Amino acid sequence: MNASRREMLRGAAAAALTAAVPGILASRVSFAAPAAGDARFVFVLLRGALDGLAAAPPVGDANYRQLRGELALNDIPGLVALDDLFGLHPAMGFLAEQWRARQLSVLHAVATPYRERSHFDAQDVLESGYTLPHASQSGWLNRSLAGLPSAGKAAMQHAGVALGAGIPLVMRGANDVASWSPSRLPQLEDDTLQRLSDLYADDSLLSRRLADALAADDMAGGMSGDMTRSGAGGGGATQVAQTAKTAAGFLKQDNGPRMAVFETTGWDTHANQGTDKGTLAVRLAALDAGLRALCTELGPVWKRTVVLVATEFGRTAALNGTRGTDHGTGAAAFLLGGAVRGGRVVADWPGLAPAALYQGRDLRPTTDLRSVTKAVLRDHLGIAAKFIDAEVFPDSAAAPCLANLVQTA
Amino acid sequence: MYPADAAIAANRFGLGARPGELSAFGQHAREALLAQLQGAAPLLPELLPGSKQLLAQVTAQREQSRDEKQTGGAANAVAVARALRDVYQPAYVADAMARFRAAVASERSFTERLVHFWSNHFAVSVDKVVVLGLAGALEREAIRPHVLGNFADMLLAVEHHASMLLFLDNQQSIGPNSQAARIAGRRGRDVGLNENLGREILELHTLGVDGQYSQADVRGLATMITGWSISGESGRLRGGEPGEFFFREAFHEPGAAVLLGKRYAEGGFRQGAAALRDLATNPHTARHLATKLVRHFIADDPPVAAVDQVAAAYMASGGNLPSTCRALIAAPDAWKNQLSKFKSPADYVFSAWRALSLPLPAGAMQRDLRVFEDLGQRNFQPGSPAGWPDRSADWDGSAALMKRLEWAQGLSQRLGVQRNAQELAGEMLGATLSAGTQRAIARAADGAQALTLLLCSPEFMRR
Repeated sequence: MNASRREMLRGAAAAALTAAVPGILASRVSFAAPAAGDARFVFVLLRGALDGLAAAPPVGDANYRQLRGELALNDIPGLVALDDLFGLHPAMGFLAEQWRARQLSVLHAVATPYRERSHFDAQDVLESGYTLPHASQSGWLNRSLAGLPSAGKAAMQHAGVALGAGIPLVMRGANDVASWSPSRLPQLEDDTLQRLSDLYADDSLLSRRLADALAADDMAGGMSGDMTRSGAGGGGATQVAQTAKTAAGFLKQDNGPRMAVFETTGWDTHANQGTDKGTLAVRLAALDAGLRALCTELGPVWKRTVVLVATEFGRTAALNGTRGTDHGTGAAAFLLGGAVRGGRVVADWPGLAPAALYQGRDLRPTTDLRSVTKAVLRDHLGIAAKFIDAEVFPDSAAAPCLANLVQTA
Repeated sequence: MYPADAAIAANRFGLGARPGELSAFGQHAREALLAQLQGAAPLLPELLPGSKQLLAQVTAQREQSRDEKQTGGAANAVAVARALRDVYQPAYVADAMARFRAAVASERSFTERLVHFWSNHFAVSVDKVVVLGLAGALEREAIRPHVLGNFADMLLAVEHHASMLLFLDNQQSIGPNSQAARIAGRRGRDVGLNENLGREILELHTLGVDGQYSQADVRGLATMITGWSISGESGRLRGGEPGEFFFREAFHEPGAAVLLGKRYAEGGFRQGAAALRDLATNPHTARHLATKLVRHFIADDPPVAAVDQVAAAYMASGGNLPSTCRALIAAPDAWKNQLSKFKSPADYVFSAWRALSLPLPAGAMQRDLRVFEDLGQRNFQPGSPAGWPDRSADWDGSAALMKRLEWAQGLSQRLGVQRNAQELAGEMLGATLSAGTQRAIARAADGAQALTLLLCSPEFMRR
């Protein structure tokens, strides 16, 4: 974002106001800054179903080794022992550091209310925050923006940012959010931009989107060039790290957004998923590098940050016929950041005995992921419990908010 | 001004009006669409290597690495790198360019859109490298020949195509009681079923996620298609002519299997094929496909009446796709003069090139494909077997919109002086051209800016 575009926008916004048109540039005016000391939250969405039994393997469970066969991680060098029951996959060195610093909690046997095995419906439930697929066109992260304390709704515009070309469902909804992905195309000329904003004045969708794009441009303008240059999204190590760094670039600005979401793909390991090496290890290492980049780039802001890493469901307890795992139910999630009361595995562990498995094949879910998310929203971001129950996670009485997951101020 | 139907036929059903197209449609837009369904299958005019040839080349390279006495992981890595460089990457570029050229040049662009629709329905994604060179071949070999034929034929062609088998891991799926499983068991190795393809056939390709099937049905179908594999691989996948579909008897689960309450007797390959034929004509499949078609051609939230009509036509014709499309054309909702669909990035790019009548150079290279990546829709890479999503909210994000505007400006600056945006506007948008856009174009500072405004206009963003 160059200075001239900014100046033009300010001028245009003023003009729009005098004309009393609630059009595109008027919303720029209400793009206000949350207080500098505010909490930050990052949601990292792993699409494709992370194998929680490999990321945080229950190596102390009597049935684990046999179920997993050649995928069992019991004797893998570098496995980090979290406690008597659980280990942490050796590809995740940063998470191990966070664990030792008591800034990582591992959540296990967690699930959304969804109990079938479609990726797409499961992701829909994970993102919408409802109990059934396709119940809502908005996501829980977007709805929670309106519940942030200390400011009216208008001031909360662009309190959320999605990294990537599209906005994932979890961040879609009535509250305007920024989305950002780096572009290698030449910037739009200021005069053309002005004419386009006029042309879009009667089109509520396009005028909103254009305003959002400019707001994101504006925020990104403060970042160093290497942060905004290469691709966002995807699953490769460089990509995840770049995306995470860009997210941090937004979040650490005093007037920046308070919640960010980005996603990584490639977790659907049906065949040859490997152990300490292989497909899954490469993905885990990329995720780990991304989270490290996020922490490094956030600097002092990491202290007031919580990151939730979650996936749509887990994978089968046993390995399948092609040295991989099929779609399952109970999953693992990670909660990390300077504001996390970490160093714990939070799990009501159901065990992997045949009778304990869900439908005889999957890790049985014992904790509702919404119970975890609610705790972050309430205790870290200060959103009222009533608002969470009514607006963010409707029909979530079955998922009571967990206590003591994060540091409270 | 051309009749409203002409713009709908060209822009909603087709891939975008080329100059002259609206006037050719005239008062007979619907008839023209129906006529497109009568012609020959929309095959590509160019000849590209088939999947058998591509896979045979990869197999040959693997043997070459072996002859060079490289062993184990290193040999494999070298072979993969070679296959990528010499076979898959060139094939990917050739296929993506060929479909780009076809989309821009087609005079029957409704049928070309149908190709894209069905190809996306049966999506593979090239982030799984093993299908990088084969995704285009799947579209050419299993989709295009059947777009104006029967769904059951397309379904069968797709599910036993090398690209789909590799994408959803079926080539290694082994029946628990098969000969191969018994041998492996004696050697102390566990091999068995991979339910990935079986599940996605039911959830994505036929019944749909609400299609009333169970986990047992997933296993049942996965069992019936054990042994659906590809020949020419080494080791335990040896057998047959390199690159061809190969029914691997030794992997196939013997005996009868049950799907949706119906028992399918043992019959080798025919067992799974029979199951697919039944799935193709299941009413849930009709409903699922009709909903997707209506969402693609009419509105994000498919009007129930239109879905009912299309599903009924599908069932009545036994899954005949032209009959199904005729019901779509007959749906009154399709012809309401509203721009209800936000164009996907690929739609947007195709329609811009068509409007500007830009011939794609035959020798075009990878850089010409970058636009799809820049705008968020890299060819054959939807990222999941569900394919690209099909609602406005999936494509209208602010970052995505800004890139679209930036790309349109770049294109206009290259061509601005050669195109008269004021004339072009009517040729592209017909009755959907708004007074506001006309005014903006008329007042533009120069030709390039006028063209930018036209390409970025609210009505050109939609169809």
